Amino acid sequence: MGNPPVIVCNNVNVQFGRTTVLEDITFTVPGRETLCVVGPNGGGKSTLLRVLLGLKDIRSGEVRILGQPPRAARMRMGYMPQYFSIDPMFPIDVEGIVLMGRLQARGTGLFTRSDRSAAEKALEEVGLLAHRKERFMALSGGMKQRVLIARALVNDPEILLLDEPTAMVDAHIEAKLLGQLRELHRKMTILLVSHDAAFVSSLVDEVLCVNRTAVMHQLKRVEDDALRRLYGEDVQAVIHGDHCHSHNHAKAEDRDD
Amino acid sequence: MAITAIPTIMLKRKTVMTDLIDALTNPHFSFLRTALLMGLLSSLAFGITGSLVVVKRISYVAGAISHAVLGGIGAALYLQRAQGLLWMHPLFGALLAALLAALIIAWIRNTGFEREDSVIGAVWAGGMASGLVFISKTPGFVDPMSYLFGNILILSTTDLVLVAVMDCILLSVMILRYNHLQALCFDEEQAKLRGINTRAYYTLLLCIIACTVVLLVSVVGVVLVVALLTIPAAIAGWNAKSLATMMAVASLFTLAFISIGIIASYIVDWPVGPTIILFAGSCYLLVSVVRRFRSG
Repeated sequence: MGNPPVIVCNNVNVQFGRTTVLEDITFTVPGRETLCVVGPNGGGKSTLLRVLLGLKDIRSGEVRILGQPPRAARMRMGYMPQYFSIDPMFPIDVEGIVLMGRLQARGTGLFTRSDRSAAEKALEEVGLLAHRKERFMALSGGMKQRVLIARALVNDPEILLLDEPTAMVDAHIEAKLLGQLRELHRKMTILLVSHDAAFVSSLVDEVLCVNRTAVMHQLKRVEDDALRRLYGEDVQAVIHGDHCHSHNHAKAEDRDD
Repeated sequence: MAITAIPTIMLKRKTVMTDLIDALTNPHFSFLRTALLMGLLSSLAFGITGSLVVVKRISYVAGAISHAVLGGIGAALYLQRAQGLLWMHPLFGALLAALLAALIIAWIRNTGFEREDSVIGAVWAGGMASGLVFISKTPGFVDPMSYLFGNILILSTTDLVLVAVMDCILLSVMILRYNHLQALCFDEEQAKLRGINTRAYYTLLLCIIACTVVLLVSVVGVVLVVALLTIPAAIAGWNAKSLATMMAVASLFTLAFISIGIIASYIVDWPVGPTIILFAGSCYLLVSVVRRFRSG
């Protein structure tokens, strides 16, 4: 893990109005790692992602992405928002959505041939090249989600941020996709959010548990065959105390005890 | 009885049709042709702006802007007749009020200064109320009905020219900024990540809605304009492959609704605006039901 850090958060505080959502967050992510952000619903995971993208201002502290402030590093990141934040009935074809990840703010915003070939490549990586001309609204939930992952990949990002990529599909299907992406983009740093992952894919290097505060947790290889069958792949257990539940106002599933 | 009744109805229908053809070709009845031409011109503006309103899900914002228009019309009439400001044409007042409403709503949304929906409600009712107060204080008789529900049969050539100009502006904006507006409507955060000034584009979108609404109020009036913005676009959006197709199909639906509405209102002698909306609304309902059954 001798890679220089690509994400650095120092004592970050975030508020919505007077409510503190994230408090004193400090962590670093070395390059080329896969980090899983876990924690209960309403714990601030999506907000943390939006802070890293520069979409949400912080109250105090410091965030550096690839050595820059988040807004300056935006173009070097790929982002897949939560599935439920987009309109599944929007009249657009699959390729049109992926191309949005290449949209230029200046000029007429028309797409070039290289934009189109980048979109094809990204769709191929998520296994949807054949569906390129199909209407987005006609796809299944899982496929729609993969289209959004392709949109995040289309600009060849150095950091990929995925918010709840398992919301619409089984965890092991998503882990398989994650494995393929890992193979294809060895230099990429991946951050994925999961709302309750006691067991995470074997591809994950570190786990950040977020529930207002954040703690980096160790992982332990799971040797249990029954669990492995249940998740359909190699999994790891998150070893943590009661941190994730200590501030918990919302309900928390206690699978990890 | 039944046997004699059928020819009477057929005879009556035949006279109505001949009447209609007479009316359409008669030089003294040019208002009907003007109305149909207005339908043709305005359908493009309705289709483009309506599709944006529907995919961005801001028909309530369009509603607030259109109701604020009455405030502008009332104020302009009052200033013109009570204060002698002759240059203050109602259309000018309407445009000022609509743009003001658009800018207020865009500003509230962009800054998060107040709850957006409360402000929309206040603009909606406030515009309407001030319009009615101004109209009541305007000397001479002003019938608010034609502003509220429209009267496509009393159009001037200026109205036609203005709508044609608006069509050209809308088409230019679409050609030059289609992908940006589409990105804004689909996923604002993603657009922001691509460096797009989403606040500016949202303000532009509301100003487009404001201008469209002002010009189209003459077709169906302040109260009904939202229906004609959203219904054709909603039907067109169900199966469209792109936003551009949705706009084109919505324009065609609007054209059909307005033309058939005008002709139907002439035949049954109903007010034009409400007839158009009732026809469009019935089609929407019918298509929804058919679609529901098909999808199981």
